[in-house]
Amino acid sequence: MSRYPFNISTFRGGIHPENDGKKLSKDVSIRTAPLFEYYNIALQQNIGAAPKWVVNVGDTVKKGQKIAEADGFVSAPLHAPTSGVVEKIEKCPGGMGICVETLVLKSDMLDEACEFYPRIDWKECAVEDLKQRIADCGIVGMGGAAFPTSVKLSVPPDKKITDLIINGAECEPYLTADHRLMLECPEKVLIGASIMGRILGIENVHIGVEMNKVDAIETLIEHNKPYNIDIIGLDVRYPQGAEKQIIYAVTKRKVPAGGLPMDAGAVVQNVATAVAIAEAVIEGKPLFERITTVTGEAVKTPGNWRLRIGTPLVKVLELAEGIVEEPAKIILGGPMMGFAQKSLNGSIQKNSGGLVLLPPSKVTQYSSSPCIRCGRCLNACPMNINPSYLGTVIENEKFDLAMNNNVMDCIECGACAYICPAHRPLVQHIRRAKAEIRSRMASQKQSVNKK
Amino acid sequence: MNGFMVEYSSVVFAALAMGSIGLVLGILIAVAAKIFKVESDSRAELVLELLPGANCGGCGKAGCADFAKAVASGELSPGQCPVSSRETVNAIAQALGIENNVSFRKCAVVLCGGDKNQTRNPILYNGVNDCRSASLISGGPKGCAYGCLGLGSCARTCPFGAIEIVNGLAVVHGELCVGCGKCVMACPRKLIKLVNADAQVHIYCSNPEKAPLKRQYCNVPCIGCRKCEKAFPDKFKVEGFRGTVDYDAPQLPTAEEAASVKCPAHCLLTAAEHLAVEHNDPDHENTKEIQ
Repeated sequence: MSRYPFNISTFRGGIHPENDGKKLSKDVSIRTAPLFEYYNIALQQNIGAAPKWVVNVGDTVKKGQKIAEADGFVSAPLHAPTSGVVEKIEKCPGGMGICVETLVLKSDMLDEACEFYPRIDWKECAVEDLKQRIADCGIVGMGGAAFPTSVKLSVPPDKKITDLIINGAECEPYLTADHRLMLECPEKVLIGASIMGRILGIENVHIGVEMNKVDAIETLIEHNKPYNIDIIGLDVRYPQGAEKQIIYAVTKRKVPAGGLPMDAGAVVQNVATAVAIAEAVIEGKPLFERITTVTGEAVKTPGNWRLRIGTPLVKVLELAEGIVEEPAKIILGGPMMGFAQKSLNGSIQKNSGGLVLLPPSKVTQYSSSPCIRCGRCLNACPMNINPSYLGTVIENEKFDLAMNNNVMDCIECGACAYICPAHRPLVQHIRRAKAEIRSRMASQKQSVNKK
Repeated sequence: MNGFMVEYSSVVFAALAMGSIGLVLGILIAVAAKIFKVESDSRAELVLELLPGANCGGCGKAGCADFAKAVASGELSPGQCPVSSRETVNAIAQALGIENNVSFRKCAVVLCGGDKNQTRNPILYNGVNDCRSASLISGGPKGCAYGCLGLGSCARTCPFGAIEIVNGLAVVHGELCVGCGKCVMACPRKLIKLVNADAQVHIYCSNPEKAPLKRQYCNVPCIGCRKCEKAFPDKFKVEGFRGTVDYDAPQLPTAEEAASVKCPAHCLLTAAEHLAVEHNDPDHENTKEIQ
């Protein structure tokens, strides 16, 4: 008998960083950030088509007002994070060094809210209404991918979904936003999960949480009585929270190569998404704020903050009382899968689960050496592909060979590069091959279309 | 002695048989050659002989023979072979008795002047030493999202060794470049252009953003001041915030003309200046002036 009143599952492979940096912020409760003078809202915050602005420069907007509407099916609207005046809509430099279409909102410091959507009784209403509400509120996958949630919950009729998995693994080092969310809003997590279960019309709703968050599991179990959701402990192992890995850990079913999770009869949603859905349905609140962990050894006081979408990163850093030493790396998202920033020009987006500032001591510079054929990357690879061989063939630009060896199945989790004793940049090689193969496929398609 | 006796009749028979088969087949081939004769263009062969024969494919044709055929039929002009020297092009034109309208040889130029001393690179990069791989991580380890990454994908691709990385910036040795265009394909930032090899000056900047943004990470960006365009409106053009030399203009700007513009951003340079060490030297007066 296990010492816990629930099962513990995992997947094959993976790694665990010895010092995962979570202790910096895991005991700091969520605080709400004060109002700032400016908010820079990037237009493209979701995978798929960018939305279209529905406000003009000079317009006065209220908190929660729609400022951009979805353009197409795979798209998501944007909502004003506070009340104020639209100062400009133009291409501004983002954190990645490239100019992105941005709306600059000058706050009037009154924080007047517009009338939110009407509340819905989620147990009684039509499923279509729930789906429409999720789309209206601009909810996207808040774990990092930013895929529009309403699309993910619209399952084509030929696919049968049997399991819904709420992803509370938070396997990324340093990030604790989901952990705090489960501790502080367990009701909303469970309600959001139940709403999604109702939309999909299934009973099997699971919440998977890594075993370094036992307190969160206990809190969820405590509140679980009316919802009857299956709460599962997951081994502490990166990338436990990756879609295909958590599906295997929870259901023991594998997603076929090149397939989608729905091919394995499962839908995976992040806990933060579940909370956003609960708020959208029971409070009618559109998605304009999220929980973000501001952490790293380089910041003075790491913590978890309720930040509005569009908060400039410079201001976010001020919340953490600045830096103790010059950061060597600024990462928006988790250190394994996040986006390295060139400057603090960027702003908080719907999928920014964390802002990590790492000092030079944590960012060791290695020079890579040839593969010593130890095979550790093979053990670590959660997708059962062969990173060492792929790295070698891609170095020699043999992209056909790489494709025949399933390079396209790589989820770019970085476990192989982390474990490699020769410090080979395996993921970067694989990304190069994937980009190259994709562009070749596209040009092939183009030439076929021409004929 | 008996063992060495030869039956002469069998030898004669074999010789006759082989001879007659040969005769019949020979006549057949001769007839076939007459009936199925393929009209070959002697002009194309003439051109093929004069071409460099590298089969590089830089012209867009399948090889030198294909190009020769296209030239002979008038589809392409001799000058469209990127590798041929001017003499070769003239010789081909002369042999065909046609006017040589596209007469220039092409040469690659890297339209970026931001070496390590002139730019600020905020990202600590520790990855693969290849521009195409590096550009997949946050767009590449350079402040400027349009500048040369300096990791040498183009230099390694060049079959003629004409590109060199000097102080984190790719520079082209014009005398070695044959204009095959392989580097153009290799550059993930599309900085390399094939231009008329006679062009002496270029505006070494590819960033279309506003000047204050560029100034944040580069000392030598084109600031779009239009000084060059005002001085020589038919030789330079400025679109948005970035100027270019008008390579299609009938007269290309000369080095003296470029010097007379006195480009305040120091990005209007001669090819020789771009190559020169002085430009990359932190103690150079230009650099000091900017800082």
